[in-house]
Amino acid sequence: MQLEGKVWRYGDNIDTDVIIPARYLNSFDPAELASHCMVDIDESFAENVKAGDLMVGGRNFGCGSSREHAPIAIKASGVPVIIAANFARIFYRNGINIGLPLLEIGDDVEKIKADDTLRVDTAAGRIENLTTGDVFQAHPLPGFVQDIARAGGLINYIKEKK
Amino acid sequence: MGMNMTEKILARHAGLETVVPGQLINCQLDMVLANDITAPPAIKEFEKIGRPVFDRTKIALVPDHFTPNKDIKTAGLTKAVRDFAQKHAIVNYFEVGRMGIEHVILPEKGLVGPGMLTIGADSHTCTYGAVGGFSTGVGTTDLAVALATGEAWFKVPETIKVELQGEKPEGINGKDVILTLIGMIGVDGALYKALEFAGEGLASLSMTDRFTIANMAIEAGGKNGIFPVDEKTRAYVEGRVQREYEIIAPDEDASYAQVVTINLSELRPVVAFPHLPGNTKRVEDIGEIEIDQVVIGSCTNGRLEDLEIAAKILAGRSVHPRVRCIVVPGSQQVYLDAMKAGYIEVLVHAGAAVSTPTCGPCMGGHMGILAAGERCVSTTNRNFRGRMGHVDSEVYLAGPHVAAASAVLGRIATPEEVE
Repeated sequence: MQLEGKVWRYGDNIDTDVIIPARYLNSFDPAELASHCMVDIDESFAENVKAGDLMVGGRNFGCGSSREHAPIAIKASGVPVIIAANFARIFYRNGINIGLPLLEIGDDVEKIKADDTLRVDTAAGRIENLTTGDVFQAHPLPGFVQDIARAGGLINYIKEKK
Repeated sequence: MGMNMTEKILARHAGLETVVPGQLINCQLDMVLANDITAPPAIKEFEKIGRPVFDRTKIALVPDHFTPNKDIKTAGLTKAVRDFAQKHAIVNYFEVGRMGIEHVILPEKGLVGPGMLTIGADSHTCTYGAVGGFSTGVGTTDLAVALATGEAWFKVPETIKVELQGEKPEGINGKDVILTLIGMIGVDGALYKALEFAGEGLASLSMTDRFTIANMAIEAGGKNGIFPVDEKTRAYVEGRVQREYEIIAPDEDASYAQVVTINLSELRPVVAFPHLPGNTKRVEDIGEIEIDQVVIGSCTNGRLEDLEIAAKILAGRSVHPRVRCIVVPGSQQVYLDAMKAGYIEVLVHAGAAVSTPTCGPCMGGHMGILAAGERCVSTTNRNFRGRMGHVDSEVYLAGPHVAAASAVLGRIATPEEVE
């Protein structure tokens, strides 16, 4: 999948409590979760994010709780891919399982700034920073994980296998 | 090449002789857990798969986060869990009044044991490594698939061996051990990895200490935290775990990606500053930090021994006039045992509020939300920004000894300062 979008840039250790605070976990409606996404560190995100915008974080993105509400809130905000140095493991699984591609690029992430425009090939893991001209290669996804992504998430994958 | 504990348990559940780090495997599950936040979306996804539950005796549903129901929306969530449990005749459904916080009640009821493989849609599912099992947190989609298939995929993690030397001194507990470890390796120090505890120091750790330590493996990014089985584990699981279990020990020539050493005899009471569990400092080095609230409880420190530690410090003393002290026993059994032992009476006399078991205050759900600018010393597991309430509130993580001493003095304090 080829994507092009503007970057919302966040730092290291972005935890699931700031992605979607527990006070909003009384619902699992994606649109409602999206309306509170990132509110505790960036009130402008939910108001101004546009479909196709990209999210870029630092190390250990998505640490903390297992709430799948967190990647759901980001996906429902219209963000089609998250790029980070690396991801916390439960968040990583959850992203794959709901069909939200997550690309790990290590320290190269430092070369992406807020409002940069990126072109991303999620299948190839190729990221081009159109603002700076830098090109990055994400760590490849294991084949079986690519199958889940292709199916659009784990539920579809399991149904196809049945 | 030998295998460590995590590798052995994963291999056995994948039907393989051996596994190596990095290998992708599919495992049979012994127990599958969800709560009132994670079960409702999982149930919705489960229904899309269109199969029956894989085994109604191997599923645990524990409405504990927003219970007793905090508002109309959460009442709807718990109702969805209750209805599902009834429809599928789930054996291990725990209702308000007969429940406990999930990671307290599952070991207490013997639903998890040595060598078993458990996944739970809650990040602190890693707690059951304390009894020598492999357990880890997952999200709702993994949980939905597990409800239908009894299986989950894993990448075999690399393992960090945590060598515990010396002996735990009087007045130090599991929270000091784990906060010290996270302070050393960082909140991503064990990212994608297993933590396996080892060494002569293990013998001085109670089961309560081990539950606290395994519980917070996730706060170092860990996939799981696991303890070898010794006499204390055997005494805990015998008569409690009804299903067959297998005691797994690491091979002599098992391999580890890294070894971290902690000398228990050198530990002092510690506290993790906002807003990361790895911001660990010795309490004696921090100066005067006034507080507004203390919470003693949670899946990390809500067991009988935790309440005993707190009660012994609060006995004959009073909670500081400026402080609210909220005590949350981790299960109905803990509550009852604490009552029989006289701890509840001591705590109430001291001016603490004692609640029914709930996760409420830990994740800013209910039962102790912080206002802007307020500070809380909490025996829970996370001090992320806004975790317990307003985004401008602060959470300091500590064990029950520091929490109780801080409740008395109105500032973060060591138990020695109360004497």
